[in-house]
Amino acid sequence: MTTAQGSGQRALPPHPSFLWRNPDPRNSYDVVIVGGGGHGLATAYYLAKVHGITNVAVLERGWLAGGNMARNTTIIRSNYLWDESAAIYEKSLKLWEGLEDELGYDIFFSQRGVLNLAHTLQDQRDSVRRVEANRLNGVDAEYISPEQVKEVCPIINISQDIRYPVMGATYQPRAGIAKHDWVAWGYARRASELGVDLIQNCEVTGFDMDGDRVVGVRTTRGNIKAGRVALAAAGHTSTLTELAGFRVPIQSHPLQALVSELHEMIHPTVVMSNHVHVYVSQAHKGELVMGAGVDSYNGYGQRGSFHVIEHQMSAAVELFPAFSRAHLLRTWGGIVDVTLDASPIMGLTPVDGMYVDCGWGTGGFKAVPGAGFAFAHTIANNEPHELNRPYSLERFVTGELIDEHGAAAVAH
Amino acid sequence: MLMIECPHCGVRPEGEFTYGGQAHVPYPEDPQALTDEEWAQYLFYRDNPKGTFRERWVHSAGCRKWFNAIRDTRTYDITSTYLGAAPAEANSTQGAQ
Amino acid sequence: MGSPHRLASGGIVDRGTSRTFTIDGRSFEGVAGDTVTSAALANGVLQVGDSIYRGRPRGVMTSGVEEPNAFVRINGEYGESMQPATITELVDGSELTWEDGIGTLDQSVDPAEYDHMHVHTDVAVIGAGPAGLAAARAAAATGVRVMLFEQDFALGGSLLGRPNEVVEGIPAGAWIEDVTAQLEQAINCRILKRTSVFGSYDSNYLIALEKRVEAPGTDGVSRQRVWHINAGRVVLATGAFERTLVFAGNDLPGVMLASAAQNYLGRYGVLAGEQVVVFTTNDSAYGVAADLAAAGASVSLVDSRASAGVDDPASVDVHHGSVAVEAIGSDRVVGVRIAPRDGDIQQTQQLPCDLLAVSGGWSANVNLHSQRQGALHWDDDLLGFVPSGAVRDQSLAGSVTGTYWTDGAVAEGIAAGSAQPDPTTAQERRTGSGTTDGLWLIPSPAGDFDTHFVDLQRDETAAGVVRAVRAGMRSVEHVKRYTSISTGLDQGKIGGVLTIGLLSQLLGEHDMASMPAGQPGQDGAEGGATDRSPSPGAIGTTTFRAPFTPVAFAALAGRARGELYDPARVTPAQARHVARGAEFEDVGQWKRPWFYPQSGEDMNAAVARECRAARTNVAYMDGSTLGKIEIRGKDAPTFLNRIYTNAFAKLSVGKQRYGVMCGPDGMVLDDGVSFRLAEDRYLMTTTTGGAAKVLEWLEEWHQTEWPELDVFFTSVTEQWSTTVVAGPRSRDVIHKIAPDLDVSKEGFEFMSFHDTVLASGIPARIARVTFSGELAFEVNVSGWYGEAVWDDITHAGAEFGITPYGTETMHVLRAEKAFPIVGQDTDGTVTPQDLGMDWVVAKKKKDFIGMRSYARAGHVEEGRKQLVSLFPTDPELRLPEGSQLVTTDNTPADPLDGIAPQPIPMIGHVTSSYRSEALDRTFALALVRDGRTRIGEEVMASFEGRFYPVQIAEAVVYDKEGARRDG
Repeated sequence: MTTAQGSGQRALPPHPSFLWRNPDPRNSYDVVIVGGGGHGLATAYYLAKVHGITNVAVLERGWLAGGNMARNTTIIRSNYLWDESAAIYEKSLKLWEGLEDELGYDIFFSQRGVLNLAHTLQDQRDSVRRVEANRLNGVDAEYISPEQVKEVCPIINISQDIRYPVMGATYQPRAGIAKHDWVAWGYARRASELGVDLIQNCEVTGFDMDGDRVVGVRTTRGNIKAGRVALAAAGHTSTLTELAGFRVPIQSHPLQALVSELHEMIHPTVVMSNHVHVYVSQAHKGELVMGAGVDSYNGYGQRGSFHVIEHQMSAAVELFPAFSRAHLLRTWGGIVDVTLDASPIMGLTPVDGMYVDCGWGTGGFKAVPGAGFAFAHTIANNEPHELNRPYSLERFVTGELIDEHGAAAVAH
Repeated sequence: MLMIECPHCGVRPEGEFTYGGQAHVPYPEDPQALTDEEWAQYLFYRDNPKGTFRERWVHSAGCRKWFNAIRDTRTYDITSTYLGAAPAEANSTQGAQ
Repeated sequence: MGSPHRLASGGIVDRGTSRTFTIDGRSFEGVAGDTVTSAALANGVLQVGDSIYRGRPRGVMTSGVEEPNAFVRINGEYGESMQPATITELVDGSELTWEDGIGTLDQSVDPAEYDHMHVHTDVAVIGAGPAGLAAARAAAATGVRVMLFEQDFALGGSLLGRPNEVVEGIPAGAWIEDVTAQLEQAINCRILKRTSVFGSYDSNYLIALEKRVEAPGTDGVSRQRVWHINAGRVVLATGAFERTLVFAGNDLPGVMLASAAQNYLGRYGVLAGEQVVVFTTNDSAYGVAADLAAAGASVSLVDSRASAGVDDPASVDVHHGSVAVEAIGSDRVVGVRIAPRDGDIQQTQQLPCDLLAVSGGWSANVNLHSQRQGALHWDDDLLGFVPSGAVRDQSLAGSVTGTYWTDGAVAEGIAAGSAQPDPTTAQERRTGSGTTDGLWLIPSPAGDFDTHFVDLQRDETAAGVVRAVRAGMRSVEHVKRYTSISTGLDQGKIGGVLTIGLLSQLLGEHDMASMPAGQPGQDGAEGGATDRSPSPGAIGTTTFRAPFTPVAFAALAGRARGELYDPARVTPAQARHVARGAEFEDVGQWKRPWFYPQSGEDMNAAVARECRAARTNVAYMDGSTLGKIEIRGKDAPTFLNRIYTNAFAKLSVGKQRYGVMCGPDGMVLDDGVSFRLAEDRYLMTTTTGGAAKVLEWLEEWHQTEWPELDVFFTSVTEQWSTTVVAGPRSRDVIHKIAPDLDVSKEGFEFMSFHDTVLASGIPARIARVTFSGELAFEVNVSGWYGEAVWDDITHAGAEFGITPYGTETMHVLRAEKAFPIVGQDTDGTVTPQDLGMDWVVAKKKKDFIGMRSYARAGHVEEGRKQLVSLFPTDPELRLPEGSQLVTTDNTPADPLDGIAPQPIPMIGHVTSSYRSEALDRTFALALVRDGRTRIGEEVMASFEGRFYPVQIAEAVVYDKEGARRDG
């Protein structure tokens, strides 16, 4: 485990001298995974590692892990409210805890803890409710006072005179951050070693069907026969399912994030405030990494509107006076795939042999190991794993939703 | 920051507006007559095209009127805003439900 | 003055106005018009902070925003780190510290103010170099509103470094003054210096940062200002960045961009070196060599090309076809080894020097163009990514297009400013700008690439790029991430294209199959060539993002800090609540009195006292924050029937009714009481936090689904002030303030309301409604009279001992009656039926919003969570709200020390929990799976690892028969 301690000038160690092959696509694979992001790569790895299925291709339209995997704020936690969410995110967190050894890659998983601040009485109630649910679900969590918040994060302003004072926080000590590219590349390298073909510059343009069954994928690098096809394309999933003839209830929205320049270490943990929209950590090199709110409109442009950033900065400077003259260095946008109940979709589809993993919204990065693990199981067995059984498409018909935002969950 | 032309008030910055998702998805005539699947389609399923999208906005900090817009979800270019039914030339694949 | 490198004349600095400053504790003197680096160089200080990881000595590299080495921390009242010294205007008395590529945040509170401005302009010209000045002049001449933005504190751009060049027949210095004077005189033109346009968004929406150093420290004047600019047309005259060259030791102090050396000389009168070697791959450095020689330096010029497009400068020793293979020196350059470009690199010749000025060609500054998804392409002659044409309603002028000569830039500026097409053809551009040698990597005699720096700030060399390619990296995005090149403060302004050029040499033909498409500037991405042989154009560039230059967080926050961060809403009687010592609760944007502690009271004692007053005597509260919406039109009854789950059409005029509204998914959205004021007129109340959302909800359904209904909505929340008077003696109080009103049980029925004039002469609407179960009245008056009526009730009630109560007491009283609070006892997953309010869901309506969803499987099956009450076995135990509930079967024998080893199934949670004065014990409300069938069952409440027995009971715990509401 890496910690936040030490000099900001510590250079990160170099990446391994070899990461992955760049093969041309073969004519046929047992499994074709569409989408070479964190979920696609992790799924490929677990298919090969756990299920022994190695005749697998991961097709990536652009560059590997270049979508949301490259654009998120790297927060990892499992302190979700509902049992179904806690189960899959906690499984994921347990996998994170062993991931550096599993992948043989220093992914800088830093369990520096995550604070979710409460600013109103209702925030407090929701926080206690979530903490108590977490503990009964085996997820480490505590509700702490403003003074304890200050101990965990000395730079936070706990004055009760500010507009939305810190009234307390939930704290998950095992939560933290990791370096996103390193995680993706760790999975990619191992998957490639196990025989998985990682094929970039390969856009899926259609599916070949035999009745209700998918038998192949058409791509910009030729047609590929496929025993099974797994979609792991986040915000682009609806475009793919349309090609396959069914719909998924997701909407794609811009989600912006930003970094500052490098600063000596000042912020030892991760602070999230849903009420005032601040999500901030200080990454290993010393840059402040912050997530903004989701832009309201549908968009695939990987960019959002600037007022969302300005709003975020106001809240950040209120909570962290020390950030006043940190400088915004770069902003960017990802495309989050949002469902109506703020919970993912993972499982079988109306097309035989086709599986879908999408709708993770702002939670996709932290779910990478758990989702990859469960999705690989689903593909290998043509049946959902217990972890993702509740996340079927059917829930939208029965009304048995897992409403994480209705239940005051926190984004990111 | 999008600049959006309210059909009543003219071009105004995005901050004055609230987004309303896909346009032309009417509330079903008789919801009780629908199957659960059909009702779920109304409740949860909306088009999510990469490209031309007919969507709703309301001028919350202005005239408070809802209107529709045709916007490209890749470029964010708004080609037109209109009231009521879609202009004929906009009959793309994202048809009304 | 002791500034050994400052020439006696030249430049636009004011030698008569001295500026003293310290760097790292050493005192220096500069002059007005200096930047930190020009003043440092004038004093012979070339070396700046060390490199971030390798600790290598570094020197001033540039004279602009692209600086990779020279960063200062400005100390003072509130310190600011990571300021590029090259663009930091020298302020008298500055205390500066060189930084090693990493900043330190000041942990005190920034005392400065920041603000935002919003403007519209017909034409926004970005950049005040020759093209931008010409564009602004031309645009202003057409009479439209023009704004000219320049990040520097002086206008002129690169021309400032070449004051003797002739522009439109006069010397450049005079031309700048002349054009500036014209623009300053034009009433339709506004010039903003020190203003960097850092963001370019859709519809020509620009964001800029102005550093307002002209009024430092003045009270009430902001330190920096963020401009939001709506521009009809945008002229991008953003210039170009010179690139360095990649050879051994290219990071030694004394290695400087050729254009920077020229700029320090021409603009600041500072000769950075006396023995200069200029190393170039293009014609632009020839003028630099000539200027340095004319200023008295001994100059050699090394050109990688066999011949140049311009004549050799006078008194300069020129080495054609040669390259610098290694800069020599330990903490600054003392010489350079040169070798034949295409020959044996071991055949070196050493040239002594104290300054090595390099030019590896130019990169058009396409950042703002590309932020708008403006197309780019690689130009092999210009050796750079250049725009393929302006985006809609924008023009490009000057070197941002690849036009690297002044006459061309001015001509393009004139055309752009007057909305004419680009006058320069692609062929003219290539001819005019000359050719640049595509020299991406210069091998060293030692054979390694360990000091061949590509990104100085990130301490990354060509060796790292080579390693990335060997590791399988193909995309420039992967190489960026593998190496961290282009992630520093300069965001790759110099190193980005160097990396791409290097990649084009390192990748083979077959590697290109895996080269992901879709990068800016990539062939094919914008309809250009699709030849996949390795070339910068086949690779494309990384994406340009806002901000172009870094911006302080506080500047972006602007005025939205402190009290102005989401300003609080307060009611007309706020002053009275403050005077009574109320503690406040944030509800939505409102500040609501939470409880009114008297001396020595804690919250529990205060709430108990307030509860007793309401249940046994009389109490009053400020209810003005409840949302109020007036609904008018002949179809208002029909409309409300569809919005609410229960019936409103048949509500009599003069009566009120409680209603619940749900989403189409059947979940509770909001609730409240509506008054029927007339056949065609209702007044709806909403929750405090839900008012705005509900108004939007009503308008949306009306406008988008039922426009045929004659109904409209007006928010009247602030127009009305509401005081609730509750308790058995409330009738007496109301009678005193409203003597004309019949307040008897018969004369004033429950759920009716009457308009009257109070004794004070204030018109009022008084309603009988209860949220506590007690006899209660709501006194509604115009917001203007809210405070006066609060006072009148205070005085009228004094003889009865009337007590003000806050939201906490309100919550206790309503919980005893199981009236839910939307958002506390509901969470978006709760239906009216779950709340035990089946009675509020109409059975006979054809439809209302939400109705269909109740027929879904998830709603009819067992297992839904229902609102019930809980009685802890220990009557003094007040369960924390949020406690989870488990069945006794599933409760561990011992308290949990930490988390559960195995998940323990939960059946619900505590939503509200209080001590009841009326029951003299604690109780709670909870949502419990199949709660109503569990009434009487003992379950366990879990909190902090302990489990407490509680009994499930009916939701209503007090006055179940409703006997108290009539007093």
